[in-house]
Amino acid sequence: MLKIADVHANYGTASILRGVDLDVASGEVVGLLGRNGMGKTTLVRTCAGLAPPRLVQGEITFDGQPIHGLPSYQIGAQGIGLVPQGRHVFGSLTVLENLQVAARAAKDGDDGWTLDRVYGLFPRLKDRFNSRARNLSGGEQQMLAIGRALMTNPKMLLMDEPSEGLAPIVLGVIRQQLQELKTQGLSILLVEQSLGMAERLCDRLYILGEGGVIVWEGVPADLNADERAKRVHLGV
Amino acid sequence: MTGQTFLFQLLNGLSFAALLFFLASGFTLIFGLMRIVNLAHGGFYLVGGYVGLTVATATGNFWLGLLAAPLAIAAIGLFTERVLLRRIRGQELPEVLLTVGIAFVFADMSLEIWGGDPRSVPIPGFLRGGLDIGFMVYPRYRFFVIGCAVLVGVALFLAHSKTRIGAIVRAGVDDREMVSALGININKIFTGVFIVGALLAGVAGLIGGGLLSLVPGADTEILLYSLAVVIIGGLGSLPGAVVGSLIVGLADAFGRALLPDLSYFTLFAPMALILVVRPRGLLGRQ
Repeated sequence: MLKIADVHANYGTASILRGVDLDVASGEVVGLLGRNGMGKTTLVRTCAGLAPPRLVQGEITFDGQPIHGLPSYQIGAQGIGLVPQGRHVFGSLTVLENLQVAARAAKDGDDGWTLDRVYGLFPRLKDRFNSRARNLSGGEQQMLAIGRALMTNPKMLLMDEPSEGLAPIVLGVIRQQLQELKTQGLSILLVEQSLGMAERLCDRLYILGEGGVIVWEGVPADLNADERAKRVHLGV
Repeated sequence: MTGQTFLFQLLNGLSFAALLFFLASGFTLIFGLMRIVNLAHGGFYLVGGYVGLTVATATGNFWLGLLAAPLAIAAIGLFTERVLLRRIRGQELPEVLLTVGIAFVFADMSLEIWGGDPRSVPIPGFLRGGLDIGFMVYPRYRFFVIGCAVLVGVALFLAHSKTRIGAIVRAGVDDREMVSALGININKIFTGVFIVGALLAGVAGLIGGGLLSLVPGADTEILLYSLAVVIIGGLGSLPGAVVGSLIVGLADAFGRALLPDLSYFTLFAPMALILVVRPRGLLGRQ
């Protein structure tokens, strides 16, 4: 579904990614781990077509179509739903408006995401539909950011550190909700700093390490058993 | 000040506020979404007034002028945004310099085409003269201006707060990048908002041409007032444009009446005070 091949990307003159290869198959949940500053967000932003960074080499294809170099709105319209780091909900809009702004009809034949379906997955958002997004708790904002991406009827979610700054109990709720999305067959690239949430959710994992390249890949069980990889690449 | 002169100045202030609102609302919407301080907005006003005047005079029909002015300025706005501003998107200094440049070009071309004498837009017969409101008579045309501003203000408010496009515009004020990532072409929204802002400035030009006069320099003067409005009300806030217009319009009317020698002071002193106490303006975003 998403194929990242030999991607090099710069922030200004600083070279951050130096040949990243990664792919996500249809219906698969793939984790991208790595310590702070390794370039995970750079990779997410590159895939989403946001600048900076600047792609200097490599290819990104989605559903077989090259998407690198396209403006972000075209990438979004092709079915990549972004859940950005820091959530970036529209603070001055209500919960309902945040969802309505994003709404885009599903492609023919799909029974797509609707307001009711998003509220079904996140009942908390229904309770708070008329609140301004800036007044939501961190967990509620995260749910809103996910729900907003779902309203675009994406084929795939690109999630950048959804667990950041959330209490363990809230995290448990969100993990279950992501599990539900996975069961429904949505492809997800889940970017996280630590193994925590990714371990139980992901089918496969990659670690982005020093030098802006993938330094480890495999299934979660293998990473869990690999004390050295965890220590060196994740600092656990 | 007697009750009657008070009311007279109140209505003067309100009608000037109404005119300012046409300019300030577009100005503030453009700034809020695109972060562009459009210093050509006064030029849009003056050229809109002249175009409307020309059409109204040639056809003998005020309403055709009122149609032509916003259409002409909307077209100029489209060109300005699509062809000129888009090339330097996000670079603040070039953006400001470009809009200043456009303002100068407009000013010189207007002087060349329409000359330096003050011109007034001929207003339709039924809006001429005074309206007797019981205890005093007040120009009908000024009531018309107030009525137009209220209508436009309500329409803008509804579009901005109740429609999906309005919600997208507000979302863009919060986070442009995120709007784009949702698959929405924010450039089209930019163009649309810029055109609406230009269109309103064109309307203001014609309406203002019946209220004040169209003369070289009127562009910078009205721009200065509009800047005061949006600074007081809060850049990017539509309700702020309403409040700011009322404050500036009334301060100007009462300042001129009570302290004619200090009328600029009575206008800009409150602005400076508000800047000190609330740098983002009364209703600006925190």
